[in-house]
Order: sequence, then C-alpha cells, then structure tokens
Amino acid sequence: MAVWRWVDDRVGISDLVGPAMSHLVPRDAKWWYVFGSATMLAFIVQVVTGVALAFCYVSSSSQAYETLQFITNEAPFGRLLRGMHYYGASAMVLMVGAHLAQTFLSGAYKFPREMNWVTGVLLLGMTMVMGFTGQLLRWDQTAAWSVVVAAEQAGRVPFIGDWLARFILGGNTIGGATLTRFFAIHVFLIPAMLFAFIAMHLWLVLRHGISETPVAGRPVEPKTYRQWYHEFLEKHGHPFWPDGAWRDFVFGTALIVVIALLAFFVGPPAIDRPPDPSILGADPRPDWYLLWYFSLLALIPPQVEGYLMILVPVVIGTMLLVVPLINNKGERAPSRRPWSIAVVLLSVITIGSLWAVGITSPWSPNFNPGRLPVSVIGTTTGAVFQGAVLFDEKGCLNGRLVCGQGGRRVADLTYVGDKLTKDNMVIRIVNGGVNMPAFGSTLKPAEIDELVAFLSSRKRVEKSGQNF
Amino acid sequence: MNENDTKMPQPPLPKGEPLEMLHGRLQMQTQQAGESVPDCLSRRTFFAKLCIGLSGVCGLILGVPLVGFILAPLLRKVPEKWITLGPAGEFEVGKTVNVNFVDPSPLAWAGMTARSAAWLRRVSETEFIAFSVNCTHLGCPVRWLPDAELFMCPCHGGVYYKDGTVAAGPPPRPLIRYEVRVVNDQVQLKSQAIPIITTL
Repeated sequence: MAVWRWVDDRVGISDLVGPAMSHLVPRDAKWWYVFGSATMLAFIVQVVTGVALAFCYVSSSSQAYETLQFITNEAPFGRLLRGMHYYGASAMVLMVGAHLAQTFLSGAYKFPREMNWVTGVLLLGMTMVMGFTGQLLRWDQTAAWSVVVAAEQAGRVPFIGDWLARFILGGNTIGGATLTRFFAIHVFLIPAMLFAFIAMHLWLVLRHGISETPVAGRPVEPKTYRQWYHEFLEKHGHPFWPDGAWRDFVFGTALIVVIALLAFFVGPPAIDRPPDPSILGADPRPDWYLLWYFSLLALIPPQVEGYLMILVPVVIGTMLLVVPLINNKGERAPSRRPWSIAVVLLSVITIGSLWAVGITSPWSPNFNPGRLPVSVIGTTTGAVFQGAVLFDEKGCLNGRLVCGQGGRRVADLTYVGDKLTKDNMVIRIVNGGVNMPAFGSTLKPAEIDELVAFLSSRKRVEKSGQNF
Repeated sequence: MNENDTKMPQPPLPKGEPLEMLHGRLQMQTQQAGESVPDCLSRRTFFAKLCIGLSGVCGLILGVPLVGFILAPLLRKVPEKWITLGPAGEFEVGKTVNVNFVDPSPLAWAGMTARSAAWLRRVSETEFIAFSVNCTHLGCPVRWLPDAELFMCPCHGGVYYKDGTVAAGPPPRPLIRYEVRVVNDQVQLKSQAIPIITTL
C-alpha cells in the first residue's frame, strides 16, 4: 500500500480517475444504459485482437491473402483471433445501433447533452467505415471487387467523383497501392479518430452527467435543467463505482463471452478466392452490417439512382447530426414523443427488411440454375421439350423461377401459362420487358414457337394426368 | 519513497471558469503587480499569436508531405499501352471470349492484383471489339453467357446484349469498350483505367 500511495501521489491517478469513479449517476439508470459501455468494450476487443492480428498480417497486395490463410489455418489462436475480430466488429455495430436507438427514444440528446449526441453520431459513422475497411483487409476476391464497387459509388459524386474514385483505388486500377491505403485508414487513421472522439464523448458524459430516466410530464427546460439535475442527483443519485457500473461489467462480460463463443464454435468468415481481378466468377457481397445498403442499391429505381446514391447517406447523416439542434428541450418520455417510437420502428423495419432481402438477393441472376428436369417439363419430346431446352440455353432460367428452380430476378413462371396468352408471350420474348432482355434478334421464329409452347404448358390445370 | 512525504498541495482549479472570467482575473492580478496593462496585454497577445502561428507552420511542415504522399497515386501517370492478346487466328468469328492480361505498369508488390481481364468478341474477319468486364452500374465483373449471348452482372442483375448495350437491370450505360487493333496478325488491346461512371 505504501508503494501505491507513493506512486499515486507522484502520478496522481486517484486525482485523475477518482472524480470519474465517484461521480453521481441517477439511481434509476439500469439495464437500458449499458449499450454505450458495451460499444466501448467491443471497441477494446477490436483494438486488442487487431493488434494481435497485425503481428502477422502483411498489408501487401501480393501477400495479404497468404498471411490471412496462415493466420486462419496455421497460426496458434489465429482462427480464434480472426473470429473475435469479426464478431467484435458485429457487436460494435449492434451495440452502437442499440445505444443510438435508446438515446433517441429517451430523448437523452436534449439539453445539455447535444454534443454528446453529435460526437456519438460521428462515432457511429467511424464504426461503419471501420466495418467496411475491415472487410477489405480480408483481401480476397470479394474484398478486391468491393473496392471497385466503393470507387464506382464515389464516382457518382458530382464534379469530384472521378478524383474520389481514383483516390479509393489508389490509382487507375486495383493494384499495389490499393490495399495499403485501406490498411492505413483501418489501422491508424480511423482508430486515432475513434480514440479522440471516444475520449471527448466520455468527457461530455462526465461533464453533463448520465441522463436520468425520462418521466412523462417532466420536460427539459434549459434555464433550470442543470440546477434541477444536480438537486436530483443529490437526492436520487449514487456513485458510478460500483453502484452504477456493475451492470456495465456484467453485460460487457456477457458480450465478450458471446464474441469468444461465436469465434470458437462458428469461426471467422470464410476467405474467398484470391484477389485476382482476372478471375471473373466473383459474387461480391458486403458483410452483414452493410448488406442492407447493398440491397438498397439494387432496389432504387434506376432513374433516380444517381441522386439517391449520393443524397441518402448525406441526408441521413445530416438529419442525425441536427436532431439535437432543432429539438433540444421539452418532453423526453417516449410516451409523449410517439413520433420517436415511429422513427425507430420504421428504421429498424426498413433496415431489417433490406437486410433480409439482401440475404437472398433475388435481383441477382442465378449462374448455376441447372437444367429443368423432365419431371418439371412433363415430356421428353415435341415443341414443349424443345422450348424447355431453349429456356435453359438462353439464360432464361438464370433470372426466372420455374417450380422453385432457377433465379428470382424477373418473375416466377411456374404458372405463366395461366397468366399470359400466347400472343403476349411472343411480344415479351421478342421485345423484352421489365428486367427482361429482348430476344427478337437472337431467336428464330421456330424457336420462339417452341418457347411459347413450353411456357404455355406452365399451368395449374391438369393435362393428361400431369399437374404442372 | 518516504511515508512522511507531504502530499503535493493542489492548486485550486477553476472549475468551469469561462475564458473571459479567467482573462479578467489574470488582468486583475497583473494590475495588482503594478505592470502596465496595455503593454502586458500587447506582449501576451503577441506570444499567443506567435504560438498559434508557429503551430500553423508545424502543421504545414507535417501536413504538406502527408497529403502529397497520400495523393501521390492520383498523380502517378500510367501511360496507356497496347497489350498483345494473341494471334488473330486464335479467335473464332462470332465468339466472345475472356482475355487476361497484366497491367503494363504495375507496382512491384502488386502481385496477382496486377492482372486484369476483358471480354473480346471477334465480330468478323477484320473486326474485333473488346469490353471492360466492369458493369457500368457499380463495377462488378460481368460474365458472358454464350448460349444466351448476354452479359450478366452478379451484383444487382445488370444484363447486356452481345454488343454491350443494356438489356435489363440498373446499368446506366453500355459496357465500356477498349480500343482494339490487329498488328502483324496479333490482336492488341489498349490498356485503360477502370471506367468510373458518372451519372450526374
């Protein structure tokens, strides 16, 4: 103890940390308040596992792929560390989202905590950038093509788009300069900003105190709030350590245990084929936390896509940043702010729906649909059979579903014979339609007849005992 | 280390003291010390401006090379070069094939990322056309379906006809073409940057 007292006197640890540990927090700040500390803990997991991975990872376009294979398949604890880094990132995204929703619902962004919210929104943005750049450091085929997708999106920005795209690529093409810049951004630049903004965020939490649980009929009045809050804490507060902190530690420990269990039993995401741009059998998809945006890009009407691709992120970011500036007083209770519940629900439903549809990606062609079996065609001879063969060969099955087989890009043609007349089919085959190419110049009249014969046979009604 | 060490006295910290009040307090202390206020303020103002100015100089000394270095790849001029793909006789009329080549000016550590690909179509005995593999929607690699005579994109379902024009899906433009020529019976393609599509 004497040693500790000497060190503490000379260094001033107690003076530095003591006020933070002993500061009063509302007694009613319970489990809803753990998401912020959980986000920070997930970030610590990322720092620790990231530093460990950096001991082996080589950020060279020509070697990164091999080092990742080594880390995953040969290095002791490598697979576990990669897994923890991946699930830690997932946890950080989930927790920062939950923290955002909780803060918004409880109106905690109101006076005097406006800048707590603003710094939190910036931290959310940095978290998403970390998620994206982290996926790129996996440096497999998906990562390499994801860089191209990112560059193309940046290219849509007016005036400076081409410049931004070249900046992302590190030149005119994917190459030696591409990976190193994402490594520097992911490992140095954004983490440094995260450290700085987390420190500021924590300082603001200490400066303004943890918000009390909102109560209907107790609005925030900026002129009197500070005095009221301090009197409230005197009556209803208790020290952060350990009275308020134990829930953060329990939840945080549970979070780390879940991350470790997932890393151990499920393992890190699979490494795709090498990042060779000449291999064209790629099917790039973002990690789950950006899958919703991938879906959005597929579903935006092409006519307005160029505008929305730029405006949606700008508008969402601006709206989040200005929330506390346009609404910093009044009621905090969700029951008195039903629109806040609607906003959160709508956001969750929208992102959840886009995420769910992104898993199946029905807009993407099925490049391996196989061939329609005879049991589906219903015959092995004649125009219907020849039409089915053509249907396979002309790539129709890549985008269309027949009896559960094929792609989902265009439509389910299982019962198209009930919906379209033969003339309508001919018109669509020759001229094309929504999301359907025109085949008028590539099919002979006899082939069109065979295709129509096949499609016309796709009916619910029974024919010769066979139910199509 | 001595148990009898006295604890260092803590100077009173001005908790939450606004800058103007701090300034006023310092001014009062200065007046009490008998110094002339304007001179002192002038001297202090000078030092303040000096420090801020020097900070700016330090920032420039560090920042200029940093920004220049980060932006260097943008300024690196990569000459477009003709790349030989093979004898013309190897390419069948009416067929579209995938051709691979290497970036003519790769960085030494680019490795496999220096490789690239294009779709080459021999239209007639004398005419070749080559398409970029990048979908004009968001750059994903399109694949050629020979029986359907269509290019399809795996990402968001863009479809192109054999001449590169858009057949379906979100692509805003036809596939970008490379320049192709035949020299001494060798098919050559002119290297180019990944096409960045701007729609606004």
